[in-house]
Amino acid sequence: MAERSFHEEVKSLYLGDGDEFAGEGILAITKALLQSGVSYVAGYQGAPISHLMDVLSDANDILEELGVHFESSASEATAAATLAASVNYPLRGAVTFKAPVGTNVASDALANLASGGVKGGAMIIVGEDYGEGSSIMQERSHAYAMKSQIWLLDPRPNLPKIVEMVEKGFELSEASNTPVMLEVRIRACHVYGRFKTKTNIRPNFTLRDAMENPTRDVNRIVLPPASYLHEKEKIEKRWPAAVKYIQDHKLNEFFDGDLSEIGIVMQGGMYNNTLRALELAGIADAYGNSRVPLYVLNVAYPLIDEEFVRFAAGKKAILIVEEGQPEFIEQAANTYLRRADVQTKIHGKDMLPMAGEYTGAVLREGLGKFVRAYEPRFAGGFGSASEGDNRLKAAVAALDGKVHGRPPSFCTGCPERPIFTAMKLVERELGPHHVSCDIGCHLFSILPPFNIGATTMGYGLGGAGAAAFNTKSGKRTIAVMGDGGFWHNGLASSVGNAVFNKSDNVIIVVDNGYSAATGGQDILSSHNPNKIRSTQNSIEKAVRGVGVQWARTLTRTYDLKAMTSTLREALTTKEKGPKVIVAQSECMLNKQRRVRPLMNKAIKDGQRVVRERFGVDSDTCTGDHSCIRLSGCPSLTIAPNPDPLRKDPVTKVIDSCVGCGLCGEVSHAAVLCPSFYKASIINNPTRWDRFKHRVQTAVISYLQRRLTPAAA
Amino acid sequence: MAEQPARSIRLAILAMGGEGGGVLADWIIDLAEHAGFIAQTTSVPGVAQRTGATIYYLELFERAASDAARRPPVLAMTPIPGDVDIVVASELMEAGRAVQRGIVTPDRTTLVTSTHRVFAMTEKIALGDGRSDAPALFDACRTAAHRFVAFDMAAIAQKSGSVISAAMFGALAGSGALPFSREQFEQTIERGGVGVSASKRAFGMGYDVASGKAEPEPVSAPGAVVAPTLAPPSPTDLDALFPAPALATIRTGVERLTDYQDAAYARLYIERLKPIAQIDRSQSGAELLTETARHLALGMAYEDTIRVAELKTRPSRFDRVRDEAQVKDGQILQISEYLHPRLQEIAETVPAPLGRMMLNVKPLRWLIEKTTAKGRVVTTTSIRGFLLLYAVARLKPWRRKSMRFAEEQKHLEAWLAALRDLAPRDYALALELAECRNLVKGYGDTHVRGRANYERLVGLIDRLLGLQQPAKALAELRSAALADDTGARLDAAVAKLGLN
Repeated sequence: MAERSFHEEVKSLYLGDGDEFAGEGILAITKALLQSGVSYVAGYQGAPISHLMDVLSDANDILEELGVHFESSASEATAAATLAASVNYPLRGAVTFKAPVGTNVASDALANLASGGVKGGAMIIVGEDYGEGSSIMQERSHAYAMKSQIWLLDPRPNLPKIVEMVEKGFELSEASNTPVMLEVRIRACHVYGRFKTKTNIRPNFTLRDAMENPTRDVNRIVLPPASYLHEKEKIEKRWPAAVKYIQDHKLNEFFDGDLSEIGIVMQGGMYNNTLRALELAGIADAYGNSRVPLYVLNVAYPLIDEEFVRFAAGKKAILIVEEGQPEFIEQAANTYLRRADVQTKIHGKDMLPMAGEYTGAVLREGLGKFVRAYEPRFAGGFGSASEGDNRLKAAVAALDGKVHGRPPSFCTGCPERPIFTAMKLVERELGPHHVSCDIGCHLFSILPPFNIGATTMGYGLGGAGAAAFNTKSGKRTIAVMGDGGFWHNGLASSVGNAVFNKSDNVIIVVDNGYSAATGGQDILSSHNPNKIRSTQNSIEKAVRGVGVQWARTLTRTYDLKAMTSTLREALTTKEKGPKVIVAQSECMLNKQRRVRPLMNKAIKDGQRVVRERFGVDSDTCTGDHSCIRLSGCPSLTIAPNPDPLRKDPVTKVIDSCVGCGLCGEVSHAAVLCPSFYKASIINNPTRWDRFKHRVQTAVISYLQRRLTPAAA
Repeated sequence: MAEQPARSIRLAILAMGGEGGGVLADWIIDLAEHAGFIAQTTSVPGVAQRTGATIYYLELFERAASDAARRPPVLAMTPIPGDVDIVVASELMEAGRAVQRGIVTPDRTTLVTSTHRVFAMTEKIALGDGRSDAPALFDACRTAAHRFVAFDMAAIAQKSGSVISAAMFGALAGSGALPFSREQFEQTIERGGVGVSASKRAFGMGYDVASGKAEPEPVSAPGAVVAPTLAPPSPTDLDALFPAPALATIRTGVERLTDYQDAAYARLYIERLKPIAQIDRSQSGAELLTETARHLALGMAYEDTIRVAELKTRPSRFDRVRDEAQVKDGQILQISEYLHPRLQEIAETVPAPLGRMMLNVKPLRWLIEKTTAKGRVVTTTSIRGFLLLYAVARLKPWRRKSMRFAEEQKHLEAWLAALRDLAPRDYALALELAECRNLVKGYGDTHVRGRANYERLVGLIDRLLGLQQPAKALAELRSAALADDTGARLDAAVAKLGLN
């Protein structure tokens, strides 16, 4: 059960010819896949394409009706390998994952797939996680497309164009026997818009047809001598076929303009912001009518030398708007024009920054340089409207140092937080340890207030990242890994590796029941049953299966005492071999989504329900905030001190508290202060509850009157 | 419209996870589409789920203009500084962030923001007061915006039993920055179909304040919640003894100590302040006296187990918890305390001879340590739990005989003596030394750490006097002591001053 439900939205997947779809980019791509007659879809979740997986999962009934198989892959490598179904059969298939991290994991399968080539259309939809809001290293998918010769589509970011490129992409793949990669940037994935739909196509050759009539072609398998042939075939057959298809179907777009001595070449994804920069400068209108001629690369690879030469010929200069580095397109353009002996100047990274996202502001500045250099009459509009405004300068100066960063962190009641609290407490006794991190929500441990963790090497590679530290030492290393990472890669690469190499270190597997950081998708060890997947498979059994002797499962991470003592034992036990702690408690974000409606219903139905939340007595809190430094819960915050004698803010628990109990555990374990209390609110109390309450209140009020007689 | 080139309305929403920035964006899209606009929104929602700050960016374009041009508009994916018409922020620091990013500009932008604060982690984890300067944030936002619509929308959300996004939607409508009527806004909420009546209530209140029809919710000022007002048996006429600027603090101190112990203890407080008042006479602001009075009151009313038990068993405290937990009629509230008194605290609380026995007689010590090894959860609303705390609170008359009492008084006397000694020589330094008492706070290890830091600074005073600006140096050391709880920053600050 994913964190966001698309049960309402997936209804739009049924839309037919001439209907209008309204929704997010990701959902539009799903619809485009169905309109293209895919037989199977697979993928691995991760921003910004998590929603694509969630949509497909929620649309499973629709997919089954159409005879489309959907698979939640174990990893991106699995997803990419799934496309093998299109090698020998006329089956269209699509897989999706985030890039470049997903592409990295998938590259083995992608390279094999691209080498042998495909018969049915094969599409890899990558969510390009680049720029603001990205959670990964800043690299380009472009390099993968080039090295394996996979065609790279980079459509203009509006729904009709994205949908069209999905449909054309399958045709291109089939026309050139080459897998195709559709690159969608974060904002395009989440852009809301509309497009005219077509009826879904039921594949006429099905997976079942293939399974019942298997065929093979030894020349498609990557083994000499076929592998040598593949490379030749790529250059001599598939590439020209692709170029022909792209040109015949005008996948790249040319827009004329009267300032014909200059021109702008851009990746399709850069189109909207580039046009906005031109609009602000007064050389384009709001509808994309630009006075500067434009060449829009909806296909970013392969580049077509003939198109470049045609566009550049007769111009003084062109500017290439290419986000990310290295500047592959610019380098290629230089080669093409040089070979054709065209003397047009090529600008790109000399006017636009080599690194970083091309936001509207960045493009505006770069385009301004270009126009100023070649058409200075039209450069006036490129100055920033508010430049030189003293009020703005004063405001920005006044804010210096006052606006603090607000990175993502552990949610209210997150069960991972107590694991790091325990690590902090054990650190007080045993000193600091080297901590190797992984990918997932638990990586927020590197930020305040915990400041735990030294490196992260990839998904499921927490243990592997500590592999070198396998030598005689007074201290062990600790590796942290999520359940998502564990099943993705960690079981073999981290745990198996540690067993085989006789590592003595500690591995903590955070088992919150979901692939939580990517949106709460189910995985093998999810604690809840799932209708279409096999869940509830034990992590401890798995690690014991690969030879771990010392393994402990804690079923309540909030139990700080158990957490600290287990960790202490793991770090100090004489037993040899890797020590694996499986720390289990359900992801609170998902738990609340699951439990809260049930609880509200029970209250409504008159059942006795106890809701717990924590609080801080402001008159005993001295404003030291140790508790916050050991927890970092969003519900645990500060408030002005109600005591006129004190100036430091007091700690306060706000109503979003879900009563996980960590605050109380922390004040016990760290011997902090007596200010925390737990308020248990009994809804629909029983008659016994009410009786007990009456007696208690009577006795307590009597005693209270005796203690403070002065209080009127 | 014919002369003016067609232009989309550009709107950015800055919000944090769980604040309904996405809901607000969806509402605006729905509103605009029903009002004949083409609408686009983009965001990076992944981090918003997990408390990170997020920008939603929307563009709205008149359908009629697009139809006339027979081309769809090209709408941008990111806001461009200097080009944003409306910015809606869910919180004051987020509004400041919008200004910092340049998307709020004086020539164009209507900034609609809630003025409440949701503190960032760096503000919360400070050992003292790490809060950003809210009035400065407010002023900067007002300076940067073309129009500034700002009030506490969280208070409206709470009062109306709704969410902040509904109040923000109301504020946006009331600001008049979008070309849509109030009815069109309200119909959007109705079409949404979830929590309609509460949302409309919050919407209405936000609308009224933004459009100037109503006053914003009053902000509850610090100090509004005051401890029980016992009639202070003021033994002397304070007005005659102390200068006016210090009086409010001293009165509170007298009240606090009467409540804490008795009238005699409050008299001791006054006696202790008199010499400081003498020294301070030459200074017009009576700053030293005020700060000394403040810290002395806090120091004399130190938090021991008796005090904690007393505060926790008070009827006013029960009421406060009831309020905070928002307990409704028909619900029953139980309050459980998380207590972890240790041998040291227990021994310090009981009469000194008994306390010494606890610390020195091995079997007794062992027994107490064993029974206090684990923290306890005491349910104060149960008779048993209440009686336990009640019994501890009843130890109050014996407090004067406890080891802790003697020790605290000794510390305070030493501090006062140092102030008396220092003030005539270097008033500013004395004032800083008065402030140093703020290091001593908290319980258990926190208290021990604070006291050690305090002692360390006091020990450096003589050497500070040899520096150019002793007061400034002490202020630096004090803030370094509050910069982390490992003492690393303090070590660095001491080294920097060449005092190690």
